[in-house]
Amino acid sequence: MEINGEFLEETVRELRQYFRSGSTRSVTWRKNQLTALLDLVHKNEDAISESLYQDLGKHPVEAFRDEIGAIGKSATYSLSCVEKWMAPKKSDIPLLFFPAKGEVLAEPLGVVLIFSSWNFPIMLALDPLIGAIAAGNVVVIKPSEQAPACSSFLANTIPRYLDSNAIRVIEGGAAVSQQLLLHKWDKIFFTGSPRVARFVMSAAAKNLTPVTLELGGKCPAILDSLPNPSDFKLAVKRIVGGKWGPCSGQACIGIDYVLVEEKVSSHLVELLKKIIRRFYGDNPIESKVISRIVNKQNFTRLCNLLKDPLVAASIVHGGSVEEKHLFIEPTILLDPPLDADVMTEEIFGPLLPIITVNKIGESIEFINSRPKPLAIYAFTKDETLKRRILTETSSGSVTFNDTMVQFLCDTLPFGGVGQSGFGRYHGKYSFDTFSHEKAVMHRSLCLEIEPRYPPWSKFKLEFLRLAYKLNYFGLLLHILGLKRYK
Amino acid sequence: MSSSTDADEKKKESFNAEAASLLVNNLRATFASGTTRSYEWRASQLKALIKLCDAHEQQIIDALYSDLAKPPLETVAYEIAMFKNSCKAALKELKRWMTSEKVKTSIATFPSTAEIVSEPLGVVLVISAWNYPFLLSLEPVIGAIAAGNALVLKPSEIAPATSSLLAKLLGEYLDNSCTRVVEGAVDETSALLQQKWDKIFYTGNGRVGRIVMAAAAKHLTPVVLELGGKSPVVVDSNIDLKVATRRIIAGKWGCNNGQACVSPDYIITTKDYAPKLVDSLKAELEKFYGKNPLESKDLSRIVNSNHFGRLTKFLDDEKVSGKIVFGGEKDESKLRISPTILLDIPRNSLIMREEIFGPLLPIITVDKLEESFDVINSGTKPLAAYLFTTNNKLKEQFVMNISAGGLVVNDTALHLAVNTLPFGGVGESGVGAYHGKFSFDAFSHKKAVLYRSFLGDAPVRYPPYTNIKMRLLKALVGGGLLGIIRALFGLS
Repeated sequence: MEINGEFLEETVRELRQYFRSGSTRSVTWRKNQLTALLDLVHKNEDAISESLYQDLGKHPVEAFRDEIGAIGKSATYSLSCVEKWMAPKKSDIPLLFFPAKGEVLAEPLGVVLIFSSWNFPIMLALDPLIGAIAAGNVVVIKPSEQAPACSSFLANTIPRYLDSNAIRVIEGGAAVSQQLLLHKWDKIFFTGSPRVARFVMSAAAKNLTPVTLELGGKCPAILDSLPNPSDFKLAVKRIVGGKWGPCSGQACIGIDYVLVEEKVSSHLVELLKKIIRRFYGDNPIESKVISRIVNKQNFTRLCNLLKDPLVAASIVHGGSVEEKHLFIEPTILLDPPLDADVMTEEIFGPLLPIITVNKIGESIEFINSRPKPLAIYAFTKDETLKRRILTETSSGSVTFNDTMVQFLCDTLPFGGVGQSGFGRYHGKYSFDTFSHEKAVMHRSLCLEIEPRYPPWSKFKLEFLRLAYKLNYFGLLLHILGLKRYK
Repeated sequence: MSSSTDADEKKKESFNAEAASLLVNNLRATFASGTTRSYEWRASQLKALIKLCDAHEQQIIDALYSDLAKPPLETVAYEIAMFKNSCKAALKELKRWMTSEKVKTSIATFPSTAEIVSEPLGVVLVISAWNYPFLLSLEPVIGAIAAGNALVLKPSEIAPATSSLLAKLLGEYLDNSCTRVVEGAVDETSALLQQKWDKIFYTGNGRVGRIVMAAAAKHLTPVVLELGGKSPVVVDSNIDLKVATRRIIAGKWGCNNGQACVSPDYIITTKDYAPKLVDSLKAELEKFYGKNPLESKDLSRIVNSNHFGRLTKFLDDEKVSGKIVFGGEKDESKLRISPTILLDIPRNSLIMREEIFGPLLPIITVDKLEESFDVINSGTKPLAAYLFTTNNKLKEQFVMNISAGGLVVNDTALHLAVNTLPFGGVGESGVGAYHGKFSFDAFSHKKAVLYRSFLGDAPVRYPPYTNIKMRLLKALVGGGLLGIIRALFGLS
């Protein structure tokens, strides 16, 4: 199907009409759609795994852990909460306005656009979709063309399960995205890079469209010297899992680099090598448990990071690449130059720089001299260091003594700050991000506050002063003529 | 005289992009030093703002009178008192707002604890408007300071007396290493907008709102845009007409003579009821403003000749000639337009296509009141919408089907004074909200924090991947304890 301007215009018009009809407002519709989405995921696990394997070489367990399982959990949670979320929230109104009632009512924004990225192509399309549906909107999803099998899967499968009057998938590349951005949306949810995010927000500005931008950054892992050797080993295991586990480092909250005290750096390297061997065998390319690099362009980009001679000299493990299968093995760099691209750009790949410092506290300044990341990981038992990290650094999130798992927590907002983005989702935050919180105040026509009205007088002025202070006793005295004025 | 003009010129000349950049860098350095983080600092600044109001009330009244001929009572009630109230409420709640929020965790991350920590965004820019120049400058500042940010305030040049008073007073009362005022117009605002801010809070119109958001997009800066729109009032026939009328008048002409973002813009009522409504409006208007409202001291004037011209154009539109049923008097020299009511005007007239922001009140008539919803929904979403009725079903339908920043049933504009309600727009009327805790939140980053321990590690997370790991993983992520047990025993 040709995606041209006319087709898009027609699509947006139809969606807007359907939204206006009110069909997506009922709790029944929303629950039905969420149930259908669960059905879609459960009945097509194999197809999803297969698509993820095609696009990224993801192992089925990784596909389940990071995408399929996560979506299932998210949809189930939303299904059980949506009615509660839809209920108006009471607000207290001061006695002064008696009788009055105040509440905040969540209403759908309308026609929303979701751009998802290629690294978690199923999850990053469907997780925001869950929020958009729960909030009662109609949706266009534009999956990333860089994960074509998944994009195709979504385009073919979603119409079979979900209400196509309300939810459409539009496939295509940059040209299609640009065309989509010419239209007026009531919300745009974007997951991707800061560079493209700027285009999206600039386009949104033309229509005052609110946006949520889920970007990335260089997510550091601070590794303190843990006194207990088994704790240290566990920490390193989690670092390995958090670096190469999710899409071979191509993850927005994946560990980008590690900060560690110089004195334990060699021990760290040794342990990393051991664990890498344990997880991926002696020949990781054959292990089939690490994803490959998504495409030639990114493969070349990553290889170029290693071409810098000073960077190449810092390789202490790995470094071999296999172009045919777009495979780069887990690679460790020890103290590469800080002005090299590998340390100034988000790596988004299986290269792990280890940066050594004299005292672990210096990590804080190191992190603060760089753009705010989406996540900071810190392995430490030192409560003072924890406090310092929390209060002196800024990031989307902070996770102590683990990696990645914060993203499974439905009660924690998931989003960035500064260059890592703004807005958030997951759990109720997904519902909120696609809702307008409308303030509603009910007053009655009896019981008047006369001093509201002109002509003005000293009496009325004093009344209003007291009213604002909620000084009810003073008001009473004033009305009874018993108050003395200054 | 000339030396002060030269000095002014020099001052204005020097605030360009370079100066703006230097300013932001200074503020960033101060912010990095941690000055704005402590509870004590934030509380001291809020207390200073309250003192500022108490000590300079007359000067504030005078400035607003100079800028808008705002009646002193309006200034005291709607700008100063409302602002002081917000400050005091913020002071009272500040400790609680600053405390991190503990949240529950699920079995998927067991064992773990989690919390959400509020932290300041950093260095923020507040651009304010001319119609409530005191309140709309300082109310966002409460939020910015309470949340621990450093900030620059750019007051509107269209209210110059208030702008210069704010620059002077904030300079005297607040910590200048963290809070600065930049006065000026388009050039200064552009210079400021070129810089990288951690948040931009803008109050004004949609045209400039787009410019602000586009500038913010270059740096991926989040924004709050408090804009406006045509706030409709739907008037049913089964009401206490006198009370309703007075409330409409209070919200329209009582709020800066209609120059307020939540002022009733136009009325929709039935053809049958319209004459009664018009009569009631005329009667109450006379009680409020006398027989010669053009001269009334209880009404603000029009802010400047630009807006005066804009408003008279609405009246000159040939589509509305003959539709003026009350008022219509103008005095260009004094920038005054009397409260004016227009009845039965065509929907495609100029006055129905733009936000009025002035003392003109068109009345649209329909056959059945239910049609009013279509009228409202055919336009862009307003900042506020009002309904006067005693019909509960109509109230329900109104609340469900009318999308606006905020709704009030049986009153107008009052919701602004309730700081437990978020105040903000939707669609064309804006993005984001503030007042009360919403202000604190608007200027904060809510950081998610997860604490995990070294006890226990689910091997299912790591390769080599096996079938049993797959089963366990499904059970773990699925969240059921029973499922996990079953998986462990190979029963699933």
